[in-house]
Amino acid sequence: MKGIPVSTTVNGDDVEFVCDGRETLLDVLRNHLGLIGAKEGCGTGDCGACSVMLDGQLVCSCLVLGAEAEGREIETVEGMADGEKLHPLQQRFLEHAALQCGICTPGFLIAAKALLDHNSSPSESEIRYALAGNLCRCTGYDKIVRAVRAAAGDVRRQQKARARRKAAAQN
Amino acid sequence: MRYEAPTSTREAIALMSGAKGDAYLLAGGTDLLVRMRGEFIDPDLVVDIKRLPGIQEIRKTARGFSIGAGVPCAALGRHKPLLRAWPGVVEAAQLIGSDQIQGRCTIAGNLCNASPAADSVPALVAATAKAVIVGPGGRRRLAVEKIITGPGATSLGKGDIVSAIELPNRPPKSGDAYLRFIPRTEMDIAVCSAGVSLTLGPRNVVKQARVALGAVAPTVVLVPKAARAIVGTRLEDDALQRLAAACEAACSPIDDKRGTVEFRTEVAGVLARRAAVIAYERARKKR
Ligand SMILES: Cc1cc2nc3c(=O)[nH]c(=O)nc-3n(C[C@H](O)[C@H](O)[C@H](O)COP(=O)(O)OP(=O)(O)OC[C@H]3O[C@@H](n4cnc5c(N)ncnc54)[C@H](O)[C@@H]3O)c2cc1C
Ligand code: FES
Ligand code: FES
Repeated sequence: MKGIPVSTTVNGDDVEFVCDGRETLLDVLRNHLGLIGAKEGCGTGDCGACSVMLDGQLVCSCLVLGAEAEGREIETVEGMADGEKLHPLQQRFLEHAALQCGICTPGFLIAAKALLDHNSSPSESEIRYALAGNLCRCTGYDKIVRAVRAAAGDVRRQQKARARRKAAAQN
Repeated sequence: MRYEAPTSTREAIALMSGAKGDAYLLAGGTDLLVRMRGEFIDPDLVVDIKRLPGIQEIRKTARGFSIGAGVPCAALGRHKPLLRAWPGVVEAAQLIGSDQIQGRCTIAGNLCNASPAADSVPALVAATAKAVIVGPGGRRRLAVEKIITGPGATSLGKGDIVSAIELPNRPPKSGDAYLRFIPRTEMDIAVCSAGVSLTLGPRNVVKQARVALGAVAPTVVLVPKAARAIVGTRLEDDALQRLAAACEAACSPIDDKRGTVEFRTEVAGVLARRAAVIAYERARKKR
């Protein structure tokens, strides 16, 4: 079988790989690129454990072909922390014990980040709708929702601090 | 399996019409990849349409709106003029799957997958939407209800590609709505559904209407008798009762664990009534 050469960007890094036409982006991330954050829970778009961002859009990487990544930008959970500094969502998931086995966690983190990136003051029902494509067998969801609410507060404070710094720089 | 992502429509048509073995078009892949991975299909060729010119655009035209076949449903809700003109079509499209699925799934794919329970299709049929088809025979326009011929079957020929879905301009005082029944609030397949589009005349009397039902027959059904039941009325109770009765009479659903024949039939009538009321209110509030 002849492989398909693909050039793409993952978490800001240029990446090249060769994949089979049938392989999904999830297969490529895990098996070719060693990025095993995204998980395969179902392979049919139902569980969200494989969630990644593709050109700024939240998707299930199990329902994207690896070959479709050509020239696109992909973000995975591996790119969420800033060096050693965890993203507020990651920090709050730990503090609120929003994970047990952790299989669903990378998907929840990416989906929650997609929400907070365009809405940093979501209501509880907005959070629950935004995470409806992510399944968790362990936590019962409440702790996840609480962690996302807490992280939303952190994101709002970061935004305010940034705005203040900007205003100060202009004066 | 060969994967191609052509950048010209002519090339895409040539690839599909010249294909030996099983060839499939790929839009959002939320049906196709599930079927591939479940080994229900084993494609020799997959032609990704998402790099074709204009396929990712929603355009305002003289006739109305042209929604490119590659536009993900999430983008429909962000298009304010479309949302204002056709809120029912947009709400139907946005019921499909989760945010993850919304980022990929298309209304053209929802139509061409030809599931009897496809959520956007009753709303599109009620809206008199047309599919623009390009293929070896040139370009043509076909009412969406003429595309689906049975569960999983379409009237599209080898090499035919739906390039866009067109929605007409709205006369003043028009509204549409879509409702489905599922056993939970998100992430499920319609047990039955109804789309209603209507236009009001003087004194808010219904001048024109179209009613379409989903998941109660092998294909989406247009119910002209239900539409006639409300034309000339202001949706008084007896008019709504006749509408529901006409809808029930048009149902020939399957019987399964998700819904019995009786349940699907009755609820289809109820949903059509409620959708008609929502469409009416939307129309009344418009100038
Ligand atoms: C988790 C999950 C939840 C879902 N929930 C819903 C739901 O609530 N309601 C619902 O209706 N559906 C649902 N679906 C099914 C699916 O998401 C929709 O049918 C979607 O609209 C399909 O669009 P797509 O662009 O992904 O199609 P694809 O998978 O790309 O294509 C579907 C079919 O149409 C053909 N096709 C695609 N584009 C064209 C074209 N332009 N011209 C000709 N043929 C074409 C393909 O070859 C294929 O056979 C769900 C799916 C998943 C995985
Ligand atoms: S593995 Fe992709 S949604 Fe479950
Ligand atoms: S923590 Fe185990 S599935 Fe969510």
